[in-house]
Amino acid sequence: MIEIKDLYKYYGDRRAVGPLSFTIEQGEVVGLLGVNGAGKTTTLRILACDLLPSSGSVKVDGLDVVAEPDAIRRRIGYLPDTPPLYPEMSVRDYLAFAARLRGTSRKETAKRVEEAAHSTQLEQVLDEPISSLSHGFRQRVGIAQAIVHKPRLLVLDEPISGLDPVQIVEMRELVRRLRGEHTIVVSSHILSEVGETCDRVLVIHQGRLSASGTSAELSDRIQGTGAYREGQTMNLEVTVRGAEADALAVARAVQGVTRAESSPSNAELRAFTLRIEAKRDVRGDLAAALVGADLALLELVRSERERELESVFLRLASSDGASKEGAA
Amino acid sequence: MRNALLIARREIGAYLRSPLGYVIVAAVLLIDGLYFYAYALGDGSQLSADVLFRFFDGASGTTMIASIALSMRLLAGERETGTAVLLNTAPVRDREIVAGKFGAAFAFVTVMTALTAYMPALIFVNGRVALGHILTGYLGLLLLASAALAIGIFASSLARTQIVAVIVGAAILGAMLLLWLVAKVTDPPLSDFVSGLAIHHERQRPFMKGVLELENVVYYLAVAYFFLLAATKTLEARRWK
Repeated sequence: MIEIKDLYKYYGDRRAVGPLSFTIEQGEVVGLLGVNGAGKTTTLRILACDLLPSSGSVKVDGLDVVAEPDAIRRRIGYLPDTPPLYPEMSVRDYLAFAARLRGTSRKETAKRVEEAAHSTQLEQVLDEPISSLSHGFRQRVGIAQAIVHKPRLLVLDEPISGLDPVQIVEMRELVRRLRGEHTIVVSSHILSEVGETCDRVLVIHQGRLSASGTSAELSDRIQGTGAYREGQTMNLEVTVRGAEADALAVARAVQGVTRAESSPSNAELRAFTLRIEAKRDVRGDLAAALVGADLALLELVRSERERELESVFLRLASSDGASKEGAA
Repeated sequence: MRNALLIARREIGAYLRSPLGYVIVAAVLLIDGLYFYAYALGDGSQLSADVLFRFFDGASGTTMIASIALSMRLLAGERETGTAVLLNTAPVRDREIVAGKFGAAFAFVTVMTALTAYMPALIFVNGRVALGHILTGYLGLLLLASAALAIGIFASSLARTQIVAVIVGAAILGAMLLLWLVAKVTDPPLSDFVSGLAIHHERQRPFMKGVLELENVVYYLAVAYFFLLAATKTLEARRWK
């Protein structure tokens, strides 16, 4: 569906994107992830035929963005970072204008507008002027204009920016509903968001692809967030109440534990924390051993684990060698 | 063509639904009316044809100013609000965008100009002027408006904001107005060329007198075409930026 090969985009002397290559298959929902200024918006604008690339080839459905932009524009629905809304128009007129502009026939238009309004839940404001709508509604009108001509490819640039938590959940559901009908490319700088909705995540840093995979794979590559896999090192933090020396001895005796040390105790609770390093999944055995030795096991968690995709992202994005490190 | 009409229709809607259009029309009608009453009619007895000449002279000034003001938002405004993306990412040619915008603005100016018709009508009823004189004068006004709108649209295609657009547009138009003075201090044969380029003095006066000359019609159409083409090329070039 999308084939980007050695794409470069320069603004003057400044390289915004490049070299960037990736492909996206028909029907995929792909997240483009990166900090602000990483080149996400530029890439999406080139994809939507708003900007021309400096070099390299960008193909959508086998059509080149430089040679046949209009054919691509008909197949693409694009929501830019600020929705392109005419405040004085009503939602209905605006959507009809967007549909007609992309070649929908007059007869079809009314039906398409209803459909787009239905899937973005805009029915109740269809005849309101856009200027009277709240930010959340405007964002939805932005999506509605992108889907009104039934494009095969949907390109959404930061669809959740500026939305409140309730609206974010709604937007997430909306994107989920749209999958299947469209191939979708979503950009975001919030990793958990992309992880929620996308099949695959492409991490872009300084105009280059720094990592790609499912959000679970990405976090796995840094260090065990997902399921524990054979051969990985497991780090645990165990909070225990009781005699410190006993606990250390018990922990060290568990098979597979390679290191155990205790850190400053909490005097009031008479509790202390053990840091355990093991070469297998020792959680069950360790818990049983501690309880068996009459120690109160207050907490047992995997440490250094990247629950938040954000931290994965920071690692992937922060150093140039990040992807190599992640793959190792 | 279909796309240009779509864009034009939306643009006319925008003029009718925003205060800017009404404010400009009201201002033009007010100034034209005052000018007509206080200056063109004057206090002594006048020749009807002279009154009409002076009316068109005043109206040509307000038409030029209104044209620049009406065209400033057409492209720069869309860039300011981010709606330009909608047109840029639609399967629409840049020349269709420019044509649609020009068409809408020209239709609006035509209606605005038509609203001043009560003044020549008063002369026609109470004095003695030829209908042809009135019609020729109006043709001149509309031709002048199309040239000024094209200049305004070109300025709007260059600028990032409306305020810059209006300043650039006014500067180009002002320079073209002053060319007749430049011609006065230029030696022939260059002076002929310079005065031929001036947008108002030698070009508009024949219309105001009721004289229809083909070369003047061609002049205005050529100026309009030139600046619309320049605006189209500017839009095309922006995509490479």
